[in-house]
Order: sequence, then structure tokens, then C-alpha cells
Amino acid sequence: MTATGLPFPGLRSGVELVPTTDQPQTGKDFTSDQEVRWCPGCGDYAVLKAVQGFLPDLGLRRENIVFVSGIGCSSRFPYYLDTYGMHSIHGRAPSIATGIATAREDLSVWVVTGDGDALSIGGNHLIHALRRNVNMTILLFNNRIYGLTKGQYSPTSEAGKITKSTPMGSLDHPFNPVSLALGAEATFVARTIDSDRKHLTTVLSAAAAHRGTSLVEIYQNCPIFNDGAFDTLKGADATEQLLRLEPGVQVTAHGHTWAHDPTEPDPTWQFALSRLDTDPHTPTPIGIFRQVERPTYDDQARAQLATARQAAPGEPTDRLAALIGSGDTWMVN
Amino acid sequence: MTLPNFPAEIRAPQGTLPGVSSFQVHFADHDILTAGDAPDVLVAMNPAALRANLGDLPQGATIIVDTHDFTARNLTKAGYESNPLDLLGDANDPLGAFAVQPVDLTGMTVEAVKEFGLSRKDAARAKNMFALGLLSWMYGRPTEPTIAFLEKRFAKVEAIRDANITAFKAGWNFGETTEAFVVSYEIKPAPMAPGVYRNITGNLALAYGLVAGGVQSGLPVFLGSYPITPASDILHELSKHKAFGVTTLQAEDEIAGIGSAIGASFAGSLGVTTTSGPGIALKSEAIGLAVMTELPLVVIDVQRGGPSTGLPTKTEQADLLQAMYGRNGEAPVPIVAPQSPGDCFDAALEAARIAITYRTPVMLLSDGYLANGSEPWRIPEIVDLPKIDPAFATAEDLTEDGKFQPYARDAETLARPWAPPGIAGLEHRIGGIEKADITGNISYDPANHDLMVRTRQAKIDRIADSLPPLEVDDPSGPPGHGKAKVLVIGWGSTYGPIGAGVRRVRKAGHHVAQVHLRHLNPFPHDLGDILHRYDKVLVPEMNLGQLSLLLRGRYLIDAIGYNQINGMPLKAADLEHHILTHLTHLSEELRAN
Repeated sequence: MTATGLPFPGLRSGVELVPTTDQPQTGKDFTSDQEVRWCPGCGDYAVLKAVQGFLPDLGLRRENIVFVSGIGCSSRFPYYLDTYGMHSIHGRAPSIATGIATAREDLSVWVVTGDGDALSIGGNHLIHALRRNVNMTILLFNNRIYGLTKGQYSPTSEAGKITKSTPMGSLDHPFNPVSLALGAEATFVARTIDSDRKHLTTVLSAAAAHRGTSLVEIYQNCPIFNDGAFDTLKGADATEQLLRLEPGVQVTAHGHTWAHDPTEPDPTWQFALSRLDTDPHTPTPIGIFRQVERPTYDDQARAQLATARQAAPGEPTDRLAALIGSGDTWMVN
Repeated sequence: MTLPNFPAEIRAPQGTLPGVSSFQVHFADHDILTAGDAPDVLVAMNPAALRANLGDLPQGATIIVDTHDFTARNLTKAGYESNPLDLLGDANDPLGAFAVQPVDLTGMTVEAVKEFGLSRKDAARAKNMFALGLLSWMYGRPTEPTIAFLEKRFAKVEAIRDANITAFKAGWNFGETTEAFVVSYEIKPAPMAPGVYRNITGNLALAYGLVAGGVQSGLPVFLGSYPITPASDILHELSKHKAFGVTTLQAEDEIAGIGSAIGASFAGSLGVTTTSGPGIALKSEAIGLAVMTELPLVVIDVQRGGPSTGLPTKTEQADLLQAMYGRNGEAPVPIVAPQSPGDCFDAALEAARIAITYRTPVMLLSDGYLANGSEPWRIPEIVDLPKIDPAFATAEDLTEDGKFQPYARDAETLARPWAPPGIAGLEHRIGGIEKADITGNISYDPANHDLMVRTRQAKIDRIADSLPPLEVDDPSGPPGHGKAKVLVIGWGSTYGPIGAGVRRVRKAGHHVAQVHLRHLNPFPHDLGDILHRYDKVLVPEMNLGQLSLLLRGRYLIDAIGYNQINGMPLKAADLEHHILTHLTHLSEELRAN
């Protein structure tokens, strides 16, 4: 397979304009020479392994893949992948990736971010990236805690959380990243779990294949500052706690039962699904909540440039001379 | 001073050329003897008024048109085949030589006075007061005398009185809300070089300079920007030049503006971001990222009055130290400043040259005076423009064992390789954490940090090697060897007023030298020598002495400031007085010794 097959036929692929290779690739080809420095037992290792294992499936040329990150534990990710990459500043990765993806149609652009990076300091960039629908895939590692700054509550921490900065319990009401993304009219929204490699890989494949901004929330365990945050969703007896979303699967919320359809343009019922886990008695959905087609910002921006270029033939220097020499002119001898 | 002008016919057909009446006003802060030869502003209530008065306007004048009356019928009556307002900003804009502000004067006036229950005709008549209010805002005129006049004039008809006052205030408020801006740039008196000329504002010249930077480097230009007065016109202009490969992204905020530009630069475009002082404050961390990642980036600050929101429509040059030092850590950034509206073209091209050649963010400091002021500009020949070589890294840059070294350096410029994605073998990671010399890997090594801090500074200092010698304007002889003992040094938009002030001093029979800085960081190599050749160095600035501080710190000279921070350009007469005072002091000191 040289490019990921589309789970939803008819949509244009997110990697359609990225050069492919016939050379067989392995995870090792995507592994950089840098030592991985996350804490032992960190969920980030599992995600890194899954990404390194999955990238060869895309069949893309390695030099046409770019990973951009912000600041936080997960944002060290680009250093460990032997692709092009930028470890930028706190919260700004979506804006930098927007510039890269808009400037170059031949790149597969990925953003690696965390709950603090994406939803707190970078919340504005995230919602606007989703709204614009720039062709990139955002991996949001959600461990519901600040790890790099050593254990303060995050915008996804449950209210009342006792942390270093909240000895009497946190007062903030948390964001649900999937609800937020659906509210921002994201075209692709999914959730997966660090420990479920198979599910993670399936979701990543679909996200990469989606043309537009894909948001993938990854529940990720922080063994140091928030260990076991997602334990109820893991292991053999977690089946009842998880609702595995697939197209056509029967789902129930607010007393309604319907067949889940991620391609439904109206996000109302997808949003209702995203609210299920706010009730401890209903299961937590994982999988693809929403995947709809909408023209991407970058494709349209490039199309405008192409249209303008076609309408203005001639050498750039001649056109520049005409431009600066336009308007009323006069001669001084 | 005023000049009414109306047709002899009691009611010549409205909307036709013979039916146009006008009223000319001339105001100034000094004695004036006429109603003025050529108006700076024309308020045209319909197409005929525009057509009839256009010939009286100097290039660069402001025109406020009431769009409400630019109907097909009125256009035809005035002899227009098409609506000239439809072509505003186009290459063949018939009003391109003027600053045109299309405003629905009638519509907004009627809306503003509707509470007074006037007939539509009476309500629309108050548009004159709306226009007067707008002009009062633009020229900073007090509102109280006009309101007092209206209260007296229409004392007997309450509704008319209140409608006129309301319309006047609404016009003033419209100016404030939309940050309507008007300046006229004082041109340094000098003979005009032969060539083809056009009128140009600073923001337009700057946008053209950025387009030229793309053409001359062969790079696509990517502007990431958030609207802000007085820089937004650069975004508007560049958005028209997609045919040159210019992408403009109106970002969600100032940070995303520069973030997307940095991303585009990483991807191989010439990244540009445009803003004013408050925006620079927000972009500071990202500028530091561009310093650390050593990517080309042009950062344009069209300065306005500060601090905070300050005076958005007034000029100031108080962001110099922010540009120089406004980042955490040792984060040197080259600074260039245009000296006149037309010079914004060359300054933008120079900023692009430095950014691309040295792989660094470059700060360009324009200001509101340059941005909205205009001057006759000699249109350059394309062959005379500098060529800029992006010199992208290639697979040939790999070491013998096939490794790419993103932080190896060019021996002359100390620039690192620029390797946009897409080339096999050059895959690399950059970021804001300190980089190891040569490899670019993360490094916390103390000795490496010391080396990298000094190397980044040395790279910026090396830019001075590429700068031409300063041009000292001293008709009395070579610097230090003529009769001039006093040097006036400035930067940015003060060039015109300082030049005019210096000419007045010379006309009065005195000697004085002038030098003006294009490069504020690094300073040209010969600056120190020039400064030390004069007995006194005067530094006029529209701030509290920011260039003075830099000159004193760097060259240990007694730079004497002349500082005006009232939102207005410096005045030639004030500068003349200031220079003459110091000339007198100097001769007294010399006599006493």
C-alpha cells in the first residue's frame, strides 16, 4: 500500500499531493538518532512507537513529512522522528503548521500538542485552525495534568483536583476536547487511547487520509503526576466503559438511539455523543466522531494564487516594473 | 481662512458640473494670509463635485467622498462613464494619486439624526456637519467652538440644532472609531534626480518593496498579519498581488500572524509579518524563536503613539528600544528604518536582503507619518534593484558520512544552511531550545551556550560588513575638516523635517552637518568615526532619547537629544531654533576657552 485507503470513499485524501516512494520503509527509517527522554512508563512512548510503526504505511517520502510541536512533554516528539520538524513555542504549533501547510501543498503536516499547550495557552490557535480547516493532523495528547512544569492542574483536569497549585482543589470547569472541536466546526474529530495500539493506528490512518484539519485526542497516561487517569478505560474489564464508535453502530444518548454517522453534516448528534462521558454511568466513546468534507483553507488559498497567476502572464520582473510604474507618472529631466 | 465658491445661478442643476458649489477652509497654527492655494482635503458630496475640484488638488491630498450620491445617474450627469470608486486601489486607479476615503455620509447622517424626526431631506442636510466632525477628528481640531456655534445658530429650531450637533459628533466619532488617519510628509529640500516619478505613500511603497523582495529573490512571499492601525494597508495591498506568488493570511491574532510567517519561512517562503508597536509586544516570543531557529523573517512595525493602545492615528518613533532589546535573553535582531515614504520601498528590499542572506528576523521600523504621508518617488529601474540569493541547502551540503549539519555556518556571513522540507537526506529538527553548534541537537552544555550566544551576536554584527559608507551631508567640507562643528543625526521619518531645519540654519549663514541612519542595528562601521569628528552631536527624535541612548552606550559620546512626543512630526522651524541655540552655545564655549 503506498497511501492509506480512505475509510470514507469519495473524499479527497489528505496526502493526495504529497510525493510517495516505492522504497519499502520501516519504523526504523523514522527513528532519529536522539535519545528518547520521557519518564519511564510514560504513555508518550506508546504513541511514538505507534506513529513510527504507522508512518511507513502511508508510503510517503520521508522528506515530505513535517512534525511541528509546541511546549510540553509531548512536544519533544519531533526530535525523535527522522522527518523535518520544529519544536516551537508554547501553544503556537497550529499557527506555524498553518504557515507550512499553506505555503506547501506537497507536505504532510502534523502537529503534536498536549492539553495545556493546545487548550490553555494555545486555545485560540486550535479553534481557528479547526475553523479554517487547514490540511494537517493534530495529535492532542491529553493526560489531564501539566507534566513539564511538574504537576499543576490543566484545562482538562477534573474540577476539585488537588495539585501543587491547587492544594484545596481546582476550581476550573474542564474542557472536553472533542466537544470543543465539534463546537469549532472541525471536519475530523476522533478520540483514541495510548495503550490500544490497534485502535490508535486505525484512527491515525483515517486522520492522515482526511483532507482538512484532523483533531485526534489521545488519552495518555502520566505515570508521575496523574497516574491511572484512564485506568477505568483500559484492561480486560473496561469493555463496558468504552463505546467503540464505528459508522452504523447503534448509539444511545438523551433517550434517543440512532446509527452513528460521522459523515452527517449536522454535528448535533455527534456532539451529543461527545457529552456521554460527563455522566459516570454512561460509557466513554472512542473512535471517529465526525468526518465531513469541507474545502480546506490552504487548497483554496493556493487556488486563488493560481487564478491570479493565470490572469497575469509575463516575466515577474516585467510585471514588477509595470506595478511600481502604475498610476500617474511624470518625468524629471 | 475660508473661500466660498458657488455658481451665480440661484439653482444650477444639482449634480452637474456647473451646479457645483464649494467652500474652502485653511487653518494653521501660525498666521496665514490666504485660504490656501491647494487644498489638502476635498469633501466631495457627489461625482460632479469630485470632477470639478480634482484639478485643484495636489497629489497626495485626501478626498472624502459621499458614496451615497455616487449613483449611476449622478455619475452620468458628471460625465463619468464608470464609477471611479470601483477602481480604488487598482493599478489604473484614476484617483491613485490621492488618499480617498469613501464614506456613506448621507446614510450615516440620516441614521444618526433619525431620533429628531426630521424629513429625510432635512436630515440629509446635516451631512455637512458629519463631514466637519470627521475633519475635526482628522486634524485634531477642538469640537467645543463648533458645538457652541451650532447651539447659537440654530437656537430657535431645537430639532435642527440637535440634529446638526449630533451629526457633527457622529462624524467625529466615526473618525475615532475607524481610526481615520491623515498626514502630509515634509520632504527634505533637495534637487530632484532625473527620472520617472509618481506619488507614493509609505505603506504602498513598503508593500511594493516586499513584492520586489519576492521577485528579486525568486521566493514566494508569505504575509501572516493581524489588522492594526496604521499597518493594515500593507496587508490590504499585498492581498492584491497573488499573481506575484504573494500569500496573505489574516490570522486570528498577532502571534498567529508571525507564527504562520515563521512556518512559511521554514517551508521556504519569505515570511513577513506586519504590525504596530502593540503587535510587536505580542510577537516578541516568536521573534525570539526566529532568532534561535535562524530563519529569514521580515517584521514590520509601523510605529504609532504609545504605550499600550496609545495614539493609534498619531506618529511616534518610540519602539526603537523595543525592536532592539524587547525579547528575553540575548536575542539580537537587525533593524532598518526608512526615511521617507518612497524610501519604504528600498528599506523593505534591504530588510528582505538581510533576512535571507543572514537567516535572521529583521525589524523594519516605519511610522504613521511615513505610512500615510506621500511624496514624489523616483520609480527605480528593475535592473538597478539588488538580486538576493536564497542559497538553499542541497544534498551536496551533506558531510562525507552523509550527515546534514543544520547549524554549520558560512565563513563570511556566519549564516546557517536554510533547508526547507522536500530534500532527501536533509531531514532535521529545529526549535527554541538551545542548539548544539554544528549539529543543531538540543544542548544544555554551558560552554556551547556561551559559544552560541556569542555566535548569534557575531552574525548580526557581520551585517555591517555589507553596508555602504554613510553619506554625510556637510557642504562645508569632509566630515570634521569643514567649518561645520555640529552634526545632526536622526533616523526614520525625521529625515524630511531635519533636512528642512538644517537648510534653514545654512540659509541663515551657519554651518551644520546632517547624517541619517538607515541601519540601527548593527550601526555602519564608519559611524563612530563620523560622530567623533564633530564637537557637538544633536539627536532629534520623536521619543525621549532612544537613539541617543544607543549612541552614548556604543560610542561614549555626549549625544544631545531634541525630543518631541506629541504625536506630530518634528517641525523645521523648531529644529532650526534648536540647532541655532547649540551653535551659539558652542561658539560661546569656544570663546571662553
